Amino acid sequence: MASATTMDFAPGQRKTEKVVAHVIWMTTGQGCDGDSVAMTSATNPSLEDIIHGIIPGMPQVVVHTPVLAYENGAEFMQAWYDAEAGKLDPFVLILEGSVPNEKIKKEGHWAAMGVDPKTGQPITTSEWLDRLAPKAAAVVAVGTCATYGGIPAMKNNPTGAMGLPDYLGWGWKSRLGLPIVCIPGCPTQPDNLTETLLYLVLQLGGMAPMIDLDEQLRPRWLFGRTVHESCNRAAFYEHGNFAEEYGSDNRCLVKLGCKGPVVKCNVPLRGWVNGIGGCPNVGGICIACTMPGFPDKFMPFMDEDKKGFFSARMAEFTYGPVLRFFRNASIKKISDKEPDWRKPTPKLTSGYSPRWV
Amino acid sequence: MATMLEPNVPKQKVMIKEMSWDPITRIVGSLGIHTEIDFANKEVLKCYSTSMIFRGFDIFMKGIDPRDAHFITSRICGICGDNHCTASCLNQNMAYGVKPPKLGDYAYNLAESADFMFDHAIFNDCMANVDFSEQMVKETNPKVLAKAEQTLSPHAAIHGYRTIADIMRALNAFTGAFYLETLQVARYTREMYCLFGGRHTHPSTIMPGGVSADITHQTLTDYYVRLMRYFEYCKRTVPMHDDLYDFWLDALPGYDMVGFRETDLVCWGCFDDPDYVDYKYSTMTEWGRKRFVTPGVAIGGELISTDLVEINLMLRILLGSSYFDNWDNEETFVTKDPLGNPVHKHHPWNKTTLPKPQKRDWADKYSWVTSPRIFDKRTGRHVACDTGGGPFARQWVTAKAGLVDLGYLKATGNSIKMSLPRTASMPEMELEWKVPAKSNAVERDRARSYHQAYAALVGLHCLEKAFIEVRAGRTKSWKDFKVPSEAVSVGFHEAARGVLSHHMVIRDGKIANYQPYPPTPWNANPRDVHGTPGPYEDAVQNTPIFEENGPEKFKGIDIMRAVRSFDPCLPCGVHMYDGKSLVRKVVHTPTGLA
Repeated sequence: MASATTMDFAPGQRKTEKVVAHVIWMTTGQGCDGDSVAMTSATNPSLEDIIHGIIPGMPQVVVHTPVLAYENGAEFMQAWYDAEAGKLDPFVLILEGSVPNEKIKKEGHWAAMGVDPKTGQPITTSEWLDRLAPKAAAVVAVGTCATYGGIPAMKNNPTGAMGLPDYLGWGWKSRLGLPIVCIPGCPTQPDNLTETLLYLVLQLGGMAPMIDLDEQLRPRWLFGRTVHESCNRAAFYEHGNFAEEYGSDNRCLVKLGCKGPVVKCNVPLRGWVNGIGGCPNVGGICIACTMPGFPDKFMPFMDEDKKGFFSARMAEFTYGPVLRFFRNASIKKISDKEPDWRKPTPKLTSGYSPRWV
Repeated sequence: MATMLEPNVPKQKVMIKEMSWDPITRIVGSLGIHTEIDFANKEVLKCYSTSMIFRGFDIFMKGIDPRDAHFITSRICGICGDNHCTASCLNQNMAYGVKPPKLGDYAYNLAESADFMFDHAIFNDCMANVDFSEQMVKETNPKVLAKAEQTLSPHAAIHGYRTIADIMRALNAFTGAFYLETLQVARYTREMYCLFGGRHTHPSTIMPGGVSADITHQTLTDYYVRLMRYFEYCKRTVPMHDDLYDFWLDALPGYDMVGFRETDLVCWGCFDDPDYVDYKYSTMTEWGRKRFVTPGVAIGGELISTDLVEINLMLRILLGSSYFDNWDNEETFVTKDPLGNPVHKHHPWNKTTLPKPQKRDWADKYSWVTSPRIFDKRTGRHVACDTGGGPFARQWVTAKAGLVDLGYLKATGNSIKMSLPRTASMPEMELEWKVPAKSNAVERDRARSYHQAYAALVGLHCLEKAFIEVRAGRTKSWKDFKVPSEAVSVGFHEAARGVLSHHMVIRDGKIANYQPYPPTPWNANPRDVHGTPGPYEDAVQNTPIFEENGPEKFKGIDIMRAVRSFDPCLPCGVHMYDGKSLVRKVVHTPTGLA
């Protein structure tokens, strides 16, 4: 028979589960809400896993996101004002979309949310950041727009768009001493987002050490490897064997524009939704959408990377064909053939000496 | 709860309150609604809708390689990104004169139909229908909930919810069984998308010239299995929604006026038939009519055209209340279309975006959104057509045109008949969507539910055809092309929530002008220079109030349902130049609205 237990499955479980961590999710940077939409497709953990507290000991999480909130208008915005007043403690501030430069014009707004009751004018996203960031336990930039500027910050953009570290400062620390946490990707890989959020919630509950970030403020365990280092087509590169056209030609894509060798991203390993999809692993060129240099430094996307040209030609015309030759020969002669003892002869030839004879 | 602004009581016997909701949640993008409501007569007098973000895509796309357009424009929107990517590829195919192998065309369709399956599911049941959930109805219309508890569901044997209130409970956010199931459905349908598109919503494999995914038997089987699971979901979801909406219209007589407006619709059609499409402008009339969703324009409930070339020439972009300067003195890029027809200065091909940030002034400029219109040459009118949130216009036009016949999906002239195949635990099912008498909130939501089955049947058709290609060894899905130094082109497509066009001009091999027009500008625009209000404005302005709460506890649920029925998607609405900003300006001189 089953019965309840009071055993702790995590140290101090009863105490940490009483912590309520709020998530204030701002979608009013210059973005497309693609990271919010990605969040709804995350599977490990899913959003409902986080909200329902899937891990023993994890603090309760209340997510305030405009994309799924039950509440509207002032009822929804109350959390923003409570956070500003220090009533939500701790809270994680998430920004989606880049931060425009509101200083470059005389009046009006590039990005705003809500209305200032005194002036009747919209409250800019930058002002919200100024109000909330100092109060937040952790600040997370989600997606390449919020992390590094991304598409709205392209050359010739009219709004002076930038990433959150550009706006707050790359050395900025939250009041709990956390740097800005950057989860790049256009949009972010769904599970990279929910997994990092879960990590931060556990950290706020005292259940995990300081999050390990690299110099570009990315979680190191997610962005430590390049696309190429995790790509299932990488061996074709080693063989100097490159696809000549998109689609059914399933060899390495660098000649067709894939920037995978110089891009830090785990999508070839993690897939897109529940392990399905991705970029070079399904046939799409990597356009470097996780990178601080995106998009300008990688355009035109469908042309071969100029710097990668020589290493690819080296593979193609020197060692690649040699490796391919010997490996193919080895497959043909050895690994593609069964050992010779598997046959229906009257005598056992496997090497075993039977006692029954 | 709504923000209560200064009460304004100008007349006796009329109790007018100004109420605002900012932001409207459970949509994509940021949208605020400001209204004046007459609580004595229970109607909305004025409404402004506003949203406030500007990026500038068509400005920073000038001068780039046209082959980057689908990657860049996908980033306009985080939920219709793949629709933008596809529209851009159709556009580029026209510019480059390239026709993908059939498998590539089918892959476009398989990806996009999966997107519709995903999008309509998550929007209808995790966003819009939370407005019909037990939790919400309890707070806004307890009498209706009491009646729902006593009302048996006509299709309970199919969907398993005994009473209408049981359906409402299943739609409760984050706890209702159907809500939670739909979150899961919205994931495996995106897995289906990713099989062909690589990623959702910004795809990695959708290309001009075809699709770069490596399509094998495995790809098709992976899609097939999930598709059949989805059919089983459709067989429960469509009758369930019918029960809910029929009950609603019955329980609240007059509810068909919530979100009502004249049947002025636009639909560009989508899902090209690879046997006919060649992507050329000169033959667009013919291959447009072969699409598995028929293109068309309806004015005053009459289908006036299904000809994409003619429709292209009807397009006008007007200003009036937007933060932009007029482009009349700027360069004219296209004087005649490739068939020699004259092209207007306010056609997208000739638009130059001149942003002018300024203070928001309800009496003058208050929106980053411009006002797309259909020019009706019969009357000389610039008509504010809407997309019906996507499915309503797609099915309305397709049903009336009577051109689509895939066997199990057939347009009859007044309805669409759909036959769903046997699935693991349910037998075959026949569905028929009939053209409704009115364009209103409930019918837009209902059409969305039926369109999930429609999209699944298009997916099934294209899958069967793709199997023929792959089994015959025709596995190429992409064809090479050259970028010409000069070109004028257009891609007409449908985003989940309605019309999506990309117009491009290439000069010296670079983009000289690129103008995407997604659905939300059509729906959410402010008054134009002629004073014609946008579709939200009509729809909300006509909305009667059925909510039982008085002004103190007012949630504005009927207004929310009217707005959400259009499936607002603000990042699209404001794509490049026009930021998130739709404002509604109605009836009287607007003063004092926050």
